[in-house]
Amino acid sequence: MTQQPDHQPNHQPNHQPNHQPNHQPDQLVIRGLHVAVEGQEILKGVDLTIGRGEIHALMGPNGSGKSTLGYAIMGHPSYEVTAGTIELVAADGTRRDLLGMEPDERARAGVFLAFQRPMAIPGVRLADFLRHAVTNVRNPERKEGQELMPMKEFRSELKAKMSELSIDSEFARRYVNEGFSGGEMKRAEILQLAMLQPRFAILDETDSGLDADAVRLASQSIARIGGAGGDAASGANAMGILIITHHEQLLEHNVPHRTHVMLGGRIVESGGAELAAELHKRGYERIRAAYPDAAAAERAMEESTRNQEAAGV
Amino acid sequence: MSDEHTMTTAAPKSPAPIPAPTGFDHLLLDRLLAGSSLPDWAVKLRRDAVDRLDTLSLPGRGEENWMRTDLRMFQPRAWVSAAERPATSGGAIPSGLLESATQGAAAVAGTVAFGGRIASLDGHVVRDELDPALAGQGIVFGAPERILAEHGERFRSRWFSAVDGRADWFAAMHAAFHRAGAVLWVPAGVKLTAPLHVLSAITPGGLDTSHVLVVLEEGAEATVLTETVGGGESGSDGGFHCGATEIVVGRKASLRMVNLQNWSRGVWHFARQRAAVEAGGRLQWTLAALGSRLSQVQQDVALVGRGADAQVNGVMFTEGRQQLVYNTLQHHMAPGCHSDLLYKGALQDRSRLVWRGMIKVDKAAQKTDGYQRNDTLMLSREARSDSIPGLEIEADDVRCTHGATSGRVDEEQIFYARARGLTADEAARLVVAGFFQQVFDRITIPPVREALSAAIGGRIRRVS
Repeated sequence: MTQQPDHQPNHQPNHQPNHQPNHQPDQLVIRGLHVAVEGQEILKGVDLTIGRGEIHALMGPNGSGKSTLGYAIMGHPSYEVTAGTIELVAADGTRRDLLGMEPDERARAGVFLAFQRPMAIPGVRLADFLRHAVTNVRNPERKEGQELMPMKEFRSELKAKMSELSIDSEFARRYVNEGFSGGEMKRAEILQLAMLQPRFAILDETDSGLDADAVRLASQSIARIGGAGGDAASGANAMGILIITHHEQLLEHNVPHRTHVMLGGRIVESGGAELAAELHKRGYERIRAAYPDAAAAERAMEESTRNQEAAGV
Repeated sequence: MSDEHTMTTAAPKSPAPIPAPTGFDHLLLDRLLAGSSLPDWAVKLRRDAVDRLDTLSLPGRGEENWMRTDLRMFQPRAWVSAAERPATSGGAIPSGLLESATQGAAAVAGTVAFGGRIASLDGHVVRDELDPALAGQGIVFGAPERILAEHGERFRSRWFSAVDGRADWFAAMHAAFHRAGAVLWVPAGVKLTAPLHVLSAITPGGLDTSHVLVVLEEGAEATVLTETVGGGESGSDGGFHCGATEIVVGRKASLRMVNLQNWSRGVWHFARQRAAVEAGGRLQWTLAALGSRLSQVQQDVALVGRGADAQVNGVMFTEGRQQLVYNTLQHHMAPGCHSDLLYKGALQDRSRLVWRGMIKVDKAAQKTDGYQRNDTLMLSREARSDSIPGLEIEADDVRCTHGATSGRVDEEQIFYARARGLTADEAARLVVAGFFQQVFDRITIPPVREALSAAIGGRIRRVS
């Protein structure tokens, strides 16, 4: 199923057509995406279009391929795209092939993935890591070894962002994700999202492992960041966000324009915010019954994973 | 600790074969000493060392400390002519990494970079400077040839007192043929703030046999930076270093010592280094190694007086086919002493890094607190590291622990950093910098930390 970008967001200003020539990407467009990991196909033809200023929720049972989609968009080397395209499409029709880019080039093109399980980098302070990241993302043409963003400027911006997100300033001095609690890791991801201000963000279970209050805070933070920098009249600079979640709470302040259900490596159904509410309340039984082919694919993938585990792979 | 005890039981030795002449003999020494104004006792030490050398062969792989060192391609004879290489005329003195970093930092801070500097090229002293104000405080600092000629008697009992000039072929070769290096003597209670710098340089194919002696009298304080630079990339154009460092930290004295080995990739590096720390004395000793073809370093710290304290830091980065071997000893000879060794090494390509560490606690050294740790980070699958910690404890009321880790740069770490816009190379550099952070945090001299960090960063290539 293909999403058309012409739907009307109901709680944000409408997306006005831009008549100026504009090479800035306006949409993240995924077509017929097949992805395999170690030879096993996980995604079996995914179509999804996310426009700037839109919030999309991606739901689905464990193992349905949601995280795989996030990794494939970001370019993880273990996730092999066997068919399909991922492109950034500008308002003037200019297309940039994301699949031809290295992960860091994708980040510089404005794509961000908040990791479900962020990696620790011992000995590297979060502030130093972020200064490097921010410098590169803001100057996509920067050559290695060229000056980083001035320390003073960076520090004051970081401090402001941290206070906005109610994050203790000591946090920036700690080593990247080293010894962080689950909640701290997710907050560090949100801080990075805020500093990098990508055009498109994929948030992979940014709510998992958090208690109800922390999820509410995360939800508010994401709403604030996603809307920040937006042109109030056109919404043109706001972020396009794909929220991967099992729960509804993260969506409290980020009401999805579209909700997508993934099953067996495909998006089998899309709807509005009410679909997220239904899935949260009732689970995936109706979906499995309505899409028996995808449900069969899901069972086969589970089976294959079990066999591999049994074989000690 | 059990297997380390075996080293104390020497295997019965078969009669040693008669060593083949290497060319490092009395005739060479005579030519080198022509016109020298060394005191007689110093000349006699050298002659005795040549006699000793005549009886020795190169260390074999049967010896504990040498079994992981590949000397098959090393030919002493190839370096005899280098011992007589004339001084390069009019050539600029090469600049050291620590030297320029310290000068840069001092320029920014508007302070004096060094209290004194010595430099040698191919064994010839090309710079020998000490701030006159420091000389006025009684500090002695200079090239050994000059210092021994001027103050010989003062150093007679110290010269080759900490290091053993008879231990093996390299020790004896050094004792006989050492040239240049530095002597530092700081009188009781004198505290030096500006660091002192000693640079040993060679041209391609050159020989360096520098000898460093540092003596701090009671309550004195000093910071000494030594570094090596130069030589060639391979074969007979490489180079040969056979050096020694001896350190005496007096009662309640405090020394910060940094030794950077930054030779070109074709240089053979053999070093024997020993510090004795007296009661209440403090030593912070940092060894850094970036260069050489092969290194064999013996680094010993002896805690000889009650309450002595030694912190030993190692920063090693190897690449290509470099092979670096370190044997360290923390010898607790007196009660209530503390020693803490942290060696960290990152290995690229097909390089090899060996650390064999020993904490030895004498019967008298009750209340010893000893620690040793070696961490290595592998940047390629072909690199190899060996960590061999050991304890030999005769006292019964001690706390001695050791640890070793070896890890790889994790692909997921690299991907995570790349997802934030860092290139693969930047990501690898960042992960490696993080690995060294713990040891850099211990080095209390900022320009040294920054120079080492930048030098290592510049060498890291894409992680394979």
